[in-house]
Amino acid sequence: MISVTNLRKQFNGAAALDGISLDIGQGELLALLGPSGSGKTTLLRIIAGLEQADRGTLFIDGQDALPVPPRARGIGFVFQHFALFRHMTAADNIAFGLTVKPRAQRPSRKAIADRVQELLSLVQLEGLGARFPSELSGGQRQRIALARALAVEPKLLLLDEPFGALDAKVRVELRHWLRELHDRLGLTTIFVTHDQEEALELADRVAILNAGRIEQVGRPREVYDRPGSAFVMEFLGEVNKLQCHIAAGRAVLGKQGGPSVDAGTLPAGPAVAYVRPHEIELDPKTPVGACDTVVRSLSVIGPRTRLHLELGGKLIEADADRAQVDALALTAGMTVRIRFKMVRLYTTSPSGMGYWRGSDGTTGQAPIENIRRSLPYSRVG
Amino acid sequence: MTVSANEGSSFRFGRRDALPGFSPTLGLTLFYLALLVLLPLSALVVSASGMRWHQALAYLATPRVISAFRVSFGISLAAALINGVAGLLVAWALVRYEFPGRRILDGIVDLPFALPTAVAGISLATLYGDTGWIGGLFAPFGIEIAYTRLGIFVALLFVGLPYVIRTVQPVLAELEVEAQEAALTLGATSRQIFRRVLWPPLVPALLTGIAMAFARGVGEYGSMIFIAGNRPGLSEIVPLLIVVKLEEFDYAGASVLAVAMLFASALILLAINLLQSWERRRHGG
Amino acid sequence: MAVDRRASPKGLGSRLIAVSAASFMALFVVLPLTLIFQQAFADGVSRYLAAIADPETLDAIWLTLLIAAIAVPLNTLFGVAAAWCIAKFSFPGKNILVTILDLPLSVSPVIAGMVFVLLFGAQGWFGPALAAHNLKIIFAFPGLVLATLFVTLPYVARQLIPLMLQIGRDEEEAAIVLGAGGLRTFLRVTLPNIKWGLIYGVLLCNARAMGEFGAVAVVSGHITGVTVTMPLQVEIFYNDYHTVAAFAVASLLSLLGLLTLLLRRWLEVEGRGAVGAGMKGLPT
Repeated sequence: MISVTNLRKQFNGAAALDGISLDIGQGELLALLGPSGSGKTTLLRIIAGLEQADRGTLFIDGQDALPVPPRARGIGFVFQHFALFRHMTAADNIAFGLTVKPRAQRPSRKAIADRVQELLSLVQLEGLGARFPSELSGGQRQRIALARALAVEPKLLLLDEPFGALDAKVRVELRHWLRELHDRLGLTTIFVTHDQEEALELADRVAILNAGRIEQVGRPREVYDRPGSAFVMEFLGEVNKLQCHIAAGRAVLGKQGGPSVDAGTLPAGPAVAYVRPHEIELDPKTPVGACDTVVRSLSVIGPRTRLHLELGGKLIEADADRAQVDALALTAGMTVRIRFKMVRLYTTSPSGMGYWRGSDGTTGQAPIENIRRSLPYSRVG
Repeated sequence: MTVSANEGSSFRFGRRDALPGFSPTLGLTLFYLALLVLLPLSALVVSASGMRWHQALAYLATPRVISAFRVSFGISLAAALINGVAGLLVAWALVRYEFPGRRILDGIVDLPFALPTAVAGISLATLYGDTGWIGGLFAPFGIEIAYTRLGIFVALLFVGLPYVIRTVQPVLAELEVEAQEAALTLGATSRQIFRRVLWPPLVPALLTGIAMAFARGVGEYGSMIFIAGNRPGLSEIVPLLIVVKLEEFDYAGASVLAVAMLFASALILLAINLLQSWERRRHGG
Repeated sequence: MAVDRRASPKGLGSRLIAVSAASFMALFVVLPLTLIFQQAFADGVSRYLAAIADPETLDAIWLTLLIAAIAVPLNTLFGVAAAWCIAKFSFPGKNILVTILDLPLSVSPVIAGMVFVLLFGAQGWFGPALAAHNLKIIFAFPGLVLATLFVTLPYVARQLIPLMLQIGRDEEEAAIVLGAGGLRTFLRVTLPNIKWGLIYGVLLCNARAMGEFGAVAVVSGHITGVTVTMPLQVEIFYNDYHTVAAFAVASLLSLLGLLTLLLRRWLEVEGRGAVGAGMKGLPT
């Protein structure tokens, strides 16, 4: 439904977007995820027409959208700080898009009022139509903003860090609510966030941006399990990072005493190894790939225990089941044997090649070809 | 100015506040204000009541007085309204556009505030006099600016302009860019955006600015008496009339004039305030 | 949250607005200022200096400075006290108090002077009593001071009140808890926080005190050397057609005004909000 090709944009000489290409399918919920300055908001605003691209193309529903002004693109936009019209009631805010339509297309007063009520119900704020934004909570304001965007029946919904200005609890509530709304309406939606949990939990696909480029696009599970680059590896979830050296097809982790792992076809030379805390096995049954570490500290966090382990002079974090830790009666200063269930290696050269082979046999390689083609979208029900 | 009500702890008689110094400072404040503000102003009221009601009204109904009021209030209002338009334009340019010299312009706006009134007065009188830089341009066409009502108007424009600009500017600056972008995405044209998104929040600020310019204009003395002409019945302003009465030792008369002037100003300001709160209620402030 | 995104004016309409605004402002506001200096130096620098050195002028300058030296500190003291009780405490009737505080700003300067004539003039309330003791207030120095006190009364308070409200009580409370007394808390905790706002308020108060015309004219009597301040001297010179002298004195007052303006700009930039928003941001 949306096709972006090689989009470029510069601000004051610095590249905000450095060649973005992406396809988005009809009815898809896509997250644009990345750190500040990665270009995700710029991309969103270019799709909306609020910014102009320097180069590249943008097609919406097969039409060239770049020369089309925002008001004619059929989009709904929701801002991080709501951008509600403070001097209008919630109902008037929602009705706004309908009331500015040209005479010929404008619905009757009654039709507009009905639609406003319909939308208030949709966002579960019936009865609050007469309130002014200053009389609403943050979460309520954002829902009104969403209702306002939906009132004109856009074919594309764009959200710029929609929950960024809200309390943590409200953020989580609205996250689920947004997903439900999306499932109900089936509207193509793109939202920008820097919160990976939000992106991974909410989206059909996640596009990870870094410094104006797309690092990887894929389903949440995929980008998490098969990170296409060291950046994605580090950005999503927690990681332990270990320098290593590849020689003769194997990499030795840490200075000494570390295990050596299969490095596949990666070239000899320096590399970085990543291990996720929960992929560290304590007291493994097999000696293959196992090594000894010293417990430096541990802390109980709910049902899990977080361990700080020293391996070859370097501190790594492990996330383990509390029961197991208790069973092993681990305390600071003790030595414990561990094994890495999955280690991912990335070279430090510009090509950024990656390779991994898990202890259960799963293998993977990076970079992964950016999946441009839209997901074949099948909706049930 | 209204003072927000949620700072400090409640003062109860007999209960000690954690912070010291309340009684002495309040006492000093009340004493000072009573002595310097309330006492003198009450003298005004008392003095004015030296005349009976019907006497006072008859006094006010004389042609010279009526003319002075017409001049002072009428021209102040006109100047304030023009300043409203001009001030809005200038504030708009200062807030929404970037152009070379903008910062200097922003500083210049305060100039009429900074110049003492007598200084502004002689300067304006000279500038718009028949041989002045600007007056001289109009003189060949038979248009006299200084020493006429037009001169009063021009001086009031000068004096009142910063009020409008400085009240409108912060409100303009506060208008969220994103609200305007939202309106864009919702399909509004530039005109619609101005009319429905930008203008409504501006109205109260604009009214306030105009009211302040008006109030200032009515009472203005120093910048006026040099350029005004001061011809009774024609270009005499109320403050000057008051001074004339004082010099004649007609204290009661002067007081009546002063009270009438304050009263009329208060009425107009009240009307503007009411207009503002009506606007605010309509648009949720 | 307002995002400052100024674009260069695009399109003819916007450019026209910007340019016409600029030229309007320049014309209207800068010309009178330039004229002052042009007229002052119209006959050359020596005439200018002679006008300043004129005994009448020097007397007026001295008188103006003296009045300011009395009025400004008194009103500063008042302003600090008023701001302290209004901003740090809550009590009934605060709004009325603030309204009264604002009154001197909303009455015409002529009325400001007149009320003192009503009180202390020959036919005023205290007139006979003063005459009996051979004391003169109106048409004498005390009258000038009183009138100036009246019109400059609110400036320091108006600057400090919003500032101190914005800052809140927390730091003072912390100091009290740590054992500091009231005065020490004020000097070492409050004062440093408000110092830029205080300085600016004092500057405004001073500018008005030195430049006040209407109120002082009414109580003055225009007695040369005794009750003629700089603004009154300007009027006298002007009415006597000593144009250069009038504008020379006016130029001094203008410099004071300009200095106040510049300092405000500098404080805004350097102090970065340390001056506070002020009441509606207006100095008058």
